[in-house]
Amino acid sequence: MAIEVRIPTILRTYTDGAKAVNAEGATLSDLIGDLEVRHPGIKERLVDEAGLRRFVNVYLNDEDVRFLGGLGTPVADGDTVTVLPAVAGGMR
Amino acid sequence: MLTISQDLVDKIVAHSRADHPDEACGVIAGPLGSDRPERFIPMANAERSPTFYRFDSLEQLRVWREMDDRDEEPVIIYHSHTATEAYPSRTDISYASEPNAHYVLVSTRDEDKVEFRSFRILEGVVTEEEVVIVP
Repeated sequence: MAIEVRIPTILRTYTDGAKAVNAEGATLSDLIGDLEVRHPGIKERLVDEAGLRRFVNVYLNDEDVRFLGGLGTPVADGDTVTVLPAVAGGMR
Repeated sequence: MLTISQDLVDKIVAHSRADHPDEACGVIAGPLGSDRPERFIPMANAERSPTFYRFDSLEQLRVWREMDDRDEEPVIIYHSHTATEAYPSRTDISYASEPNAHYVLVSTRDEDKVEFRSFRILEGVVTEEEVVIVP
């Protein structure tokens, strides 16, 4: 078994158009590392030196990982990780 | 070009007026690939701010899953500016990441006048488009 990662439209250029891909890892950070091996280029769209990019939301099952352990959040076989672009803006 | 019903325009404007002086935001969903805005989904502005908006991340997950289940996509992503013109700001442009969406901006700075404009925002480039309102 593996962990299903749901990919938003804007990042499907890295997954040959696939809406969901599989990856493995013990933590979210490992999982993103494995995703990068399978889909090169995707990692830098998700994280920077400071951690998760503020332009993306990453969910473990039904929770925003920012409310869990961020990149250190443990993940396990059977989990679903969902990536969505954050929708935000403002007048400046 | 954005084609949208008068009813949906009225709903977006009413939501924007109701939340003034805070920015209002939401989505109009439509069938995948149809480019037809149909289902009005007002969203909470998690920032509750007159100068910034952000979808609540958990509400967004629920709404995006629901669209997925119904074979829909966000045809329109709208928000209001409360003191400036209805034109995408630098922040709006840096966050824009739904390549298929029409980004609708409403300005509520003038009580008597509606500013309702639509844009495509692709890789940092803003293109205004015509809005055709149908009955």
